[in-house]
Amino acid sequence: MEIGLNHYLVLSTILFAIGLVGVMRRKNLLLLFFATEILLNAVNIAFAAISHYYGDLTGQMFAFFVIAIAASELAVGLGLLIVWFKRHGTIDLDTMTSMRG
Amino acid sequence: MFEAIAFYLFAFLTISMFYITVTTSQALHALTALAAGMIFISAFFFILGADFLGAIQIIVYTGAVMALYAFGMMFFDSTRDVKEKQGNKFIVVGMATVAAVLVVAIFSAPILSDNIVALYPSVGAGNTQEVGMVLFTKYLIPFEVAAVMLLVAMVAGIVLAGKKMDLSLTLMNKEEILEMNEDKNKKVLS
Repeated sequence: MEIGLNHYLVLSTILFAIGLVGVMRRKNLLLLFFATEILLNAVNIAFAAISHYYGDLTGQMFAFFVIAIAASELAVGLGLLIVWFKRHGTIDLDTMTSMRG
Repeated sequence: MFEAIAFYLFAFLTISMFYITVTTSQALHALTALAAGMIFISAFFFILGADFLGAIQIIVYTGAVMALYAFGMMFFDSTRDVKEKQGNKFIVVGMATVAAVLVVAIFSAPILSDNIVALYPSVGAGNTQEVGMVLFTKYLIPFEVAAVMLLVAMVAGIVLAGKKMDLSLTLMNKEEILEMNEDKNKKVLS
């Protein structure tokens, strides 16, 4: 049984769907970050698979840059989250509606 | 044959780990399941011949990102159960729409991937060497920009999280902590 590009693309789509469900149903911001990590990793699998089957290293390069962006997003996001928690004592998404509209 | 076994094993493990991450109500369980899923994902990179990417995945995600999450969770009260959103009709409708689109994407993926011909690279160097050659010639400018972006992110993280780090709660007695909290409550924006 040969594992082709389709297998990897379907797996990547399934993982992306799991991450998307997590983004939609999570209320805690920390767990929302976890779901975004799942989204980025699903895309990384698709990049690496296409890079392998297409015979081009560009996909792997993009995966590297995605990892770098994920790391910096995490650093800034956790910093903001710590500031928010120190000030308000909660990181629930529903409590962040300061504007009435 | 072994590739198929490895693929299905790690696919099952990754999907189950990420499912736990998304559905569990304990933040610690979500963290550990996410770390396990990250390591299992690196197995796909090794299967695909992207050795360097797999090593980077393990080092960056389970080494740096998970450690950062673990340290960040010490600031939050992560032991209590996480409350979930209750049935919002718009979200249900949106999720159903997205799920339908994703099903279409799954079934159209074979059509898309048939158009991609498998051209294997000329094997003369290992994966790490090839990555280095491509990264430092064709993608040198994005590489430098990514380095500057990481520096900016580091400075932003220090500036945001490093406030009041000179105060140690363990070395202060109870009255000082109460006084500090009252001072903090007086200020609307600190």
